[in-house]
Amino acid sequence: MYRYDEFDHRFVQERVQQFRKQVDRRLAGELTEDEFKPLRLMNGLYLQLHAYMLRVAVPYGVLSSRQMRKLAEIAREYDRGYGHFTTRQNIQYNWPKLEETPAILEELAEVEMHAIQTSGNCIRNVTADPFGGAAADELADPRPYAEMIRQWSSLHPEFSFLPRKFKIAVTGAARDRAAIKVHDIGLQIVSNEAGELGFEVVVGGGQGRTPVIAKTIRRFLPERHLLSYLEAILRVYNQLGRRDNIYKARIKILVNQVGAEAFAEMVEEEWEQIRDGAVDLPAEEMARIAAYFEPPVLPPAEEPDRGFETKRFEDPAFAAWIRSNSVPHKVPGYLIATISLKPAGGIPGDATAEQMDLIADLADRYSLSEIRVSKEQNLILPHLRKADTYALWQALQEADLAEANAGMLGDIIACPGLDYCNLANARSIPVAQSISERFSSITRQHDIGQLTLNISGCINACGHHHVGNIGILGVDKRGEEFYQITLGGSADQDAALGEIVGPAVPADSVADAIESIVETYLAERNEAESFVEAYRRLGPAPFKERLYGAH
Amino acid sequence: MPNKQSIFKQGVTANRLSDGAVVYLVSAGHWSELLSDVSAADSKEGAERLMGIAETDAATKVVGPYLIDLDPTSDEPEAVSLRERLRAAGPSVRLDLGYQAERD
Repeated sequence: MYRYDEFDHRFVQERVQQFRKQVDRRLAGELTEDEFKPLRLMNGLYLQLHAYMLRVAVPYGVLSSRQMRKLAEIAREYDRGYGHFTTRQNIQYNWPKLEETPAILEELAEVEMHAIQTSGNCIRNVTADPFGGAAADELADPRPYAEMIRQWSSLHPEFSFLPRKFKIAVTGAARDRAAIKVHDIGLQIVSNEAGELGFEVVVGGGQGRTPVIAKTIRRFLPERHLLSYLEAILRVYNQLGRRDNIYKARIKILVNQVGAEAFAEMVEEEWEQIRDGAVDLPAEEMARIAAYFEPPVLPPAEEPDRGFETKRFEDPAFAAWIRSNSVPHKVPGYLIATISLKPAGGIPGDATAEQMDLIADLADRYSLSEIRVSKEQNLILPHLRKADTYALWQALQEADLAEANAGMLGDIIACPGLDYCNLANARSIPVAQSISERFSSITRQHDIGQLTLNISGCINACGHHHVGNIGILGVDKRGEEFYQITLGGSADQDAALGEIVGPAVPADSVADAIESIVETYLAERNEAESFVEAYRRLGPAPFKERLYGAH
Repeated sequence: MPNKQSIFKQGVTANRLSDGAVVYLVSAGHWSELLSDVSAADSKEGAERLMGIAETDAATKVVGPYLIDLDPTSDEPEAVSLRERLRAAGPSVRLDLGYQAERD
């Protein structure tokens, strides 16, 4: 993985010292809150309902075991013993003290981490396929490009005060695990007829109160032009994006307004001015960055591995975990495993300091000390030898981390909701808990199959409800929590926005409603047809009828 | 028929500057983590007076003070909105680890 150079170290250290002084001045009353707020937000420090919240950047979801141990230590020493992994591959602490935040940032800097680009109207922390560099189905590793984007975008002077926040995601696999079509810019690595690598560029996707699926503005961008082309998009947006209305300030509104074709033309025109200029990285610099992401040297492994196959045959619980929580690795004899942070009745994405330490240990032992964070709020061991998998699974089981539900109904994405968040209208976590308890049977979840269920506590959609196969949005109806249900959303390469199925239901009826929807699917599905495939064939009618027909 | 004053009850809340904890205004310079300690105003003028005190404290003690509605029919101060009930009680989840764990 990438290691900070001297410049990175210096600038992160300088930021810590700067922030320490800013905090001192605020505590002494020399800065008002109005003056201080933008400064703390530039360092990832929000003020939520009950406390400050520190959002720490995990660039493109890649963590070393050393970094994970530091995150655990911070949870233990400065917070309340746990952290929350987010839908943008970051981690949030729910209880940091303002006075201690500079010390936390100092600790993070020791392991080459910070909280820059996790707030404000800048280019946010770039996200990527969490299986990057490991997945059997990838054309190329997205991480080097994500790292180039990180270096280009961090503290970019021209783009630090954009009309609104700006999110970029990169994937190198045909199967989109980075939700690129609901990002401001999505980059899909593709190759042209000559076999050269480049990007299909999609823009103007997003969720929030105006959900939009991104549109392609370029089928093939040669890889060497990545940064100048991104710069051109950002320039057009920075100039034309609406600053007068926060609800119309995202790039999706601009792209919708002028049309994707006209937008693409403006970008091309701008790009002509700056391509082949100073912004694009020279080939040797691209190679230098890419060298950090060379495929790891993996110990030889058997394929098939007889011991692994035997354990799968003998132990149905292990077999179930392999079925849902592992995907093929590009190296035979290896796989990629998802550690679910979604126990039945648990809080999606939460991990205790002890769990983080254990996962760091397991990464050292079994996965070349590498860990990834997924937008599904799970953790991933990217390089796992099949022969080691059973021992790993047993260790996870002992720590209640072996839930065999990745990609299943229990693998719920949920924002913090009104239990923590200042913006929320309703709680998300208790709803997630009631559903995951109702569907706690792993056998039943596996029978239902692939199904994403996403919950947001307000229209800002941090819980990705628009793109859940089942989406749940919390709303406030005259002081009561109600939940609007959408069906048919999807965040992958066939991205789609869910459709509202009917009137919102009260909190205590949500699990029943989900049960009704799932039963409808089970009754109507064709063989091997996933929930979303069945929904696309059937439309909302049968679901609606069963859900509301009796009333 | 209730008089106009008896249907009005408000207090001031904010987050403590040093750690962000939810606090309620008791008197000038004095804030409590307990809603039960809040000074309640039973008139608009009284509420404005409390806000005046709170805003002075916003320099070094608290962040973003604002008025919240309290249940006028209850003798004890009780928040009306769900958001304020949750702020007063702490998160309704993770009862093992949060500061919510330290409250009953």
